Amino acid sequence: MRRRDPAVPIAVLVAALALAPLPLLLGPFWQSLLVNVLMYAALATAWALFSGPTRYVSLATAAFFGIGAYTTAFLGEALPLPLVYPAAALAGAVVAAVVGLSTLRLSGVYFVIFTFGLAELIRQLVTYAEARLGGTVGRFVFVDVTPRGIYWLLLAVCVLVFLVGWWIGRSRLGWALRAIGDDEIAARHCGVDTTRTKVAVFAISATLISLVGAIMAPRWTYIDPAIAFNPILSFQVLIMALLGGAGRLFGPLLGVVPLAVLFELLQANFPNAFSVLLGLVFLGVVYLLPRGVVGLIEQGRGALRLARRTHPRPAA
Amino acid sequence: MQPLLRIVGLHKSFGGLRAVEAMAASVRQGDVLGLVGPNGSGKTTVLDLITGALKPDQGMILFGDRRLDRLPPHAITRLGIARTFQLVRIMPSLTIAENVAIGAMFGADPCSPAEALARALPLLSRVGLAGRADHPAARLTYIDQKRVELARALAARPRLLLLDEWLAGLNPSELVQGIALVRALAEDGITIVMVEHVMDAIRALCTRVLVMNAGRAVAEGTPEQALSDPAVIAAYLGEDGDA
Ligand SMILES: Nc1ncnc2c1ncn2[C@@H]1O[C@H](COP(=O)(O)OP(=O)(O)OP(=O)(O)O)[C@@H](O)[C@H]1O
Ligand SMILES: [Mg+2]
Repeated sequence: MRRRDPAVPIAVLVAALALAPLPLLLGPFWQSLLVNVLMYAALATAWALFSGPTRYVSLATAAFFGIGAYTTAFLGEALPLPLVYPAAALAGAVVAAVVGLSTLRLSGVYFVIFTFGLAELIRQLVTYAEARLGGTVGRFVFVDVTPRGIYWLLLAVCVLVFLVGWWIGRSRLGWALRAIGDDEIAARHCGVDTTRTKVAVFAISATLISLVGAIMAPRWTYIDPAIAFNPILSFQVLIMALLGGAGRLFGPLLGVVPLAVLFELLQANFPNAFSVLLGLVFLGVVYLLPRGVVGLIEQGRGALRLARRTHPRPAA
Repeated sequence: MQPLLRIVGLHKSFGGLRAVEAMAASVRQGDVLGLVGPNGSGKTTVLDLITGALKPDQGMILFGDRRLDRLPPHAITRLGIARTFQLVRIMPSLTIAENVAIGAMFGADPCSPAEALARALPLLSRVGLAGRADHPAARLTYIDQKRVELARALAARPRLLLLDEWLAGLNPSELVQGIALVRALAEDGITIVMVEHVMDAIRALCTRVLVMNAGRAVAEGTPEQALSDPAVIAAYLGEDGDA
């Protein structure tokens, strides 16, 4: 049951094949909504690869997303596209490894605050560097990708995220991660190199998030640090993963679909009150579904099993 | 013969409190060393220093000819030292077998997850948890959690096993089984250091006893010698006089 099922890659590929033709059939409104759903699906699932099992809540999503987006903006003109994406992924991985090595010894609240600070710090640094070196803050994204192209690239990244998550879940890395989430000290005394494990998975997660940022950048045509490193993104991704349930590979997906639609509606209708409404959604999720939709489903199943055990069907 | 574990001039303070002071000890291959002493005398701190949970302020710990005192806990486990904790630490969201498999997967003889789960099963019957492999570890009684911890330590395939009051809290019949189990482990060739307050168990199992008081080793010898030493009787008076 626990992410060991070899049916997962087949299901992921079948779902991707079924979703692939949609942009050819749908109008621009639905296409744009689907791009959002895919983006959040990839982000929330990638976020939960690390934060789900370890329970280290990262608010650095916006940092890695922005690093990816800015890499595209910087290199989009100079390099062919097939090189831009790996470069963005690499940039995310390197920053994550450095940050991970210096912060993953921190625990709990300190880690949360640090990751949040990191996103802000990088945003300020980019703003400063652009003003200093280029004279203007923000830049055009000159990359030749159609909206359909973005959709298909995101779909491919979603497949990648789920396959990577499935692989981690089965591998020694995944077991090490779960042991750390349960009792880090015990894990260490069982021989788990906890620092290396955390840094490795944090970097894998960040790499995927940067890739999503790199793919999304052309959608704006013009980006500045406030867009690319928008801290609200970190919170949106967190809420989605929590609503769905961060402890299971497909958990975050269950939160993404309803919330992506809700966020779209809120942003369209109440653009000025968006942060406040986001906060209310956050509170609602944490109060009503502390273990997410997945937790609710598992609780339901458990209750059913219990009911069957206490009221066994009469033998025929 | 070179000792398996050698501790030289070990010091550890917490703020002003000297928890371990000028401690020296050596453990030979095949020993079952009892580490005894009143509450707060520094026994658990010694185990924490050996396993890398704490770093010594001074001194040296040698395992064979490897220095342990600068290594992180996971590296020490991989060299072949496993432990249990005085206050049990299991992984609550994993099953019993998965807990034990973690020890096998990352211990001194690391292996794949599938093999680790297979290696866990015989260990579960060894500690008396046969047939419960798929139970969630969180729902076990405290004593059964201790069994899981021991199986997990054994799964790491240690040459040196450190037990911190593993026999504490067992009822008389469980104690008989527990003593037999530790003896069987020793007969398998695992060298054991056991912190213990249960004196019957110390007498039944230990080849040697080291008595600590206020951070210092105050007596050492066979169980009879060490436990009848006047310094030891003085240390225990009024503290654990009945033990
Ligand atoms: N992390 C710590 N910080 C501060 N003081 C500590 C710490 N760990 C232990 N101590 C203190 O060091 C002394 C030795 O503690 P230790 O746990 O080693 O004793 P012990 O012999 O195992 O006792 P017990 O039989 O009660 O388990 C005690 O006074 C204890 O309060
Ligand atoms: Mg103790």
